[in-house]
Amino acid sequence: MATISSVRKFIQGNVLAQKQNVTLSDDDDIFRLGFVNSMMALKLVTFIEKEFNIKVADDELDISTFSTISQIRQFLQRKLGNPIES
Amino acid sequence: MKLSLTPEQTAAVEGARAFARARLHPRVTEFEERGVPKELVRELGDAGLLGALVGDEWGGRPLDPVTWGLVTEEIGKVCCNTRYILTVHASIVAGTLARWGSAAQKSEWLPRLARGEALAAFALSEPDVGSDAASVRTCYEKTDDGFILRGAKRWTSLGALADVFLVIARDANGENGRAVTAFLVPRQLAGVRVEPIRGMMAARGSHIAELHFDNVKLSRADAVGRPGAGFTYVTSTALDLGRYSVAWSAVAVAQAAIEAMVSYALRREQFGRPLQDFQLVKAMVGDAVTDTHAARALCLHAGELRRAADPEAIMATNVAKQFAARVATRTTAAALQLHGANGLSSDYDVERLFREARVLEIIEGSTQIQQLLLGDYGLQTYARATGYP
Ligand SMILES: Cc1cc2nc3c(=O)[nH]c(=O)nc-3n(C[C@H](O)[C@H](O)[C@H](O)COP(=O)(O)OP(=O)(O)OC[C@H]3O[C@@H](n4cnc5c(N)ncnc54)[C@H](O)[C@@H]3O)c2cc1C
Repeated sequence: MATISSVRKFIQGNVLAQKQNVTLSDDDDIFRLGFVNSMMALKLVTFIEKEFNIKVADDELDISTFSTISQIRQFLQRKLGNPIES
Repeated sequence: MKLSLTPEQTAAVEGARAFARARLHPRVTEFEERGVPKELVRELGDAGLLGALVGDEWGGRPLDPVTWGLVTEEIGKVCCNTRYILTVHASIVAGTLARWGSAAQKSEWLPRLARGEALAAFALSEPDVGSDAASVRTCYEKTDDGFILRGAKRWTSLGALADVFLVIARDANGENGRAVTAFLVPRQLAGVRVEPIRGMMAARGSHIAELHFDNVKLSRADAVGRPGAGFTYVTSTALDLGRYSVAWSAVAVAQAAIEAMVSYALRREQFGRPLQDFQLVKAMVGDAVTDTHAARALCLHAGELRRAADPEAIMATNVAKQFAARVATRTTAAALQLHGANGLSSDYDVERLFREARVLEIIEGSTQIQQLLLGDYGLQTYARATGYP
């Protein structure tokens, strides 16, 4: 089953080499911390769609939606209508 | 290269090949001199060549990414100017709109784009902004009922002919000026001014233009995606679609160059023998074949990952684009060399192919920008394999 830890693992596995020894907390903003570039952001959306079998809609496309692991979790809970396991 | 294609995939590729042979090949020079005509857009739409990324519900004729790539190769091999319509209109704009457009935008534009009733262009680059695309200076201000757009775009392919532009602009009052939004801007709006750019070395028939937006009034409904997400998601999607198309376009140009090389090497004689007998000529052909097959293999790999909606598809597309564009440059240079003085004459296709190849290392992320990006990707991907951190 898809869990938020798979998202965490994906982000951690795709961060720039210079950031790989930095631990990411659930409330860290991955954009502000320079963990990702825009290509990575698109890759993250593609990953989330595939992993949770959803389609992100145009009006859900807010920068804040995918900026922290907590925000991603809240988005998925709203979208799927049930709690997302850690 | 033997591909196992379904009958539908084969029909789409053969259809594109037949279209290119019958409707494009005889007009390549005319298009170079006068630009692709508007009627051609309709003709491409009728042939089902513009709706590959548009769903059935919007009147499209969806193709999987691999087939779409092979179709792009067929068209690009014969006419680069027509291929820009596939790259910009059918891939970048229609594909981005299909992905991130609102229901109203989709129903208004996608059927018209798929049928070729309206032509679309993508306006990101500016007189002072190229590779650093996130720094666009064209800006918008929010009003009570929409936005006011002002600024200038440059190098917009098809710009002089297009009916609608996908314009990337920043929020004039946004945080650090970095919030970027994509807009659909119909050409007929007051304040939109289009100036064709002449004297290009390549893409001469692609109606490249400079666009000016002098306080253009846009409604809220003209924003594509949420305001502020225009670079991170909308532009990234557009560039990803464009890169995939350009990667195949590079394969197309390289393949056309190989065929020109072979044709010439078989017929041209020096020292009492056809060029094909000389080992150094064989080496040129051998390198061109190896390079081009490798480029196509990378494109097919990216296409398969795109078909599977695999997140790795984005990087595989960058790898394919960066490699294929360089292959197009060196293969067309070799083809020109093999033609001797004739290679510099417009009587021979290689003169045009050489020029067209040069564009591909500049657009959709220049070779240097791709090198930087792929360098980061390599460091990031293989850092763990080295036991780091
Ligand atoms: C035929 C054609 C069609 C085009 N169509 C469109 C279109 O439809 N829509 C659109 O928006 N744009 C279009 N463009 C513009 C194109 O996207 C830009 O030319 C491209 O992004 C590069 O920008 P630039 O030309 O301003 O070069 P610059 O960004 O100024 O770069 C100049 C040189 O410096 C190098 N460079 C830049 N930054 C770095 C760096 N950090 N490290 C190392 N080297 C660097 C580049 O690789 C390049 O060699 C088109 C261009 C052409 C030629």
